[in-house]
Amino acid sequence: MWEALQLEFFRNALIAGLLVSIVCGMIGTLVVVNRIVFLAGGITHAAYGGIGLAFFMGWPYLVGTVGFSLLAAGVMAVVTLKARHRSDVVVGVIWAVGMAVGVILLDFTPGYHADLMSFLFGSILAVPKMDLWQMAAMVLIILGIVIYYYNDFLGLSYDDEFARLRNIPVTFLYCLLLGMIAVTVVMIIRVVGLILVIALLTIPPFIAEKVSASLRSMMILSAVLSALFTTLGLVLSFVLNLTSGATIILVAAIGFLAAVLWDFLKPKPALAKENGGGEK
Amino acid sequence: MSEQIIEIKDLWFSFNGQAVLQGVNLTIHRGDYLVVFGPNGGGKTVLLKLMLGLLKPTRGMIRVFGEPPGKAAHRIGYVPQNVHINKDFPVSVLDVVLMGCLRHSRGWSRYSRDDRAAAREALDLMKVWDIREQRIGELSGGQLQRVFIARALVAEPECLFLDEPMASIDTYGRGEFYELLYKLNKRVTIVTVSHDLMVLSSHVKAVACVNRELHYHDSGEMTQEMLDQVYHCPVDLVAHGVPHRVLLRHRDE
Repeated sequence: MWEALQLEFFRNALIAGLLVSIVCGMIGTLVVVNRIVFLAGGITHAAYGGIGLAFFMGWPYLVGTVGFSLLAAGVMAVVTLKARHRSDVVVGVIWAVGMAVGVILLDFTPGYHADLMSFLFGSILAVPKMDLWQMAAMVLIILGIVIYYYNDFLGLSYDDEFARLRNIPVTFLYCLLLGMIAVTVVMIIRVVGLILVIALLTIPPFIAEKVSASLRSMMILSAVLSALFTTLGLVLSFVLNLTSGATIILVAAIGFLAAVLWDFLKPKPALAKENGGGEK
Repeated sequence: MSEQIIEIKDLWFSFNGQAVLQGVNLTIHRGDYLVVFGPNGGGKTVLLKLMLGLLKPTRGMIRVFGEPPGKAAHRIGYVPQNVHINKDFPVSVLDVVLMGCLRHSRGWSRYSRDDRAAAREALDLMKVWDIREQRIGELSGGQLQRVFIARALVAEPECLFLDEPMASIDTYGRGEFYELLYKLNKRVTIVTVSHDLMVLSSHVKAVACVNRELHYHDSGEMTQEMLDQVYHCPVDLVAHGVPHRVLLRHRDE
């Protein structure tokens, strides 16, 4: 195990996992409490179009993918704000079209695409140092935005109507949130791959929500859990010689199962009785 | 006559081609205690949301503190009808009340000492200071209602809108609640929406009956005529412990 730390690619993988965990904690929490998991899934899969575009044009992976998923997020922001009740259909369409565009663009790209699978299941063991710096910069930007607007995001997530009455720029913040989801998703694709993004984005906040007293502590606990899952998953995948992305998700899934079981088995507090009376 | 704070002229609102409100005129003065009364689906909540700028009128004019609605929404404290939204949300009572202090472009998201003092005062007034650390999902309906009123009061509004405030408060709590509104009314204009006749405390100064159209009655009394206008069928007036109110009986046929 310890000899693994001597290897640069393994150290890079650990750092990438930790960086992604920080944003996962913040953005995953906001995705879960705003109930926009499906929307996040749509942005994730649309990002595949960006991967295809990056390959086709010969652009760096991050540029093409971030650009494309920001575009998808922009379209989804417009659609969900204008026609809320039918937005799920449009999200589903963008979800599929993004993937299809990606596949077709890769068809048009000459050469053999060996690492196509790596985008579906992650390529955390192949993160170059250069990408780490770019990821660190994106993490810092997202961290800054979330801290700066923390109370506004809290108000918007809890009761957007009331936040609007308090003159909080709800529409702007919603678009900003979708933009941050797009950037986050592209980073997570690096670690666990496109197919597993939603799991890493939602499992830690799901567990954290049960025990957190505030949105802030939910974000921090989610980030810690996420770091735990990615690190443990990486080590296990190295020791057992398994695909790293899938191992990380399985570790997270075991955590998820444990949390659900704990929730089911733990002694119920007496508040249920007191709570019943005022219910409509 | 005291200052006009809300002025509505010939207001129409349609939703999906259906008229919800038509030809509504209403003036609310500073210090009023108005009950907007009417059946479910009669347009009461819509009227409130129009005044808050959350909905846009089909036609007609609304002025709130002399401005278009929405511009002045932060001067109104709003207690929504459904206080049970997002009950699983990880947020404490204190944090919910502090949301009442949110304002545009404050930056770095810090609440000031004044905000915290105001939150304490509002929580104290609503008798929920002791449960300030509790998560919102652990509260009973009545406690939630109090927390939401505290959230509306924390920014020192000049006017308080309450949408069906009695929905979550049990019968025993109501008398106490009327007293509280009466006390608040000495410094805040109050507009409350209700489909429940019981809400008419003796301190109400005016009643607006809304059932697509609005009929204004500038006394706190509920009359049979008002009921007939609203329900278009004979309804009995039933009230307890309000001796000066006239109760009409159905005439024998």
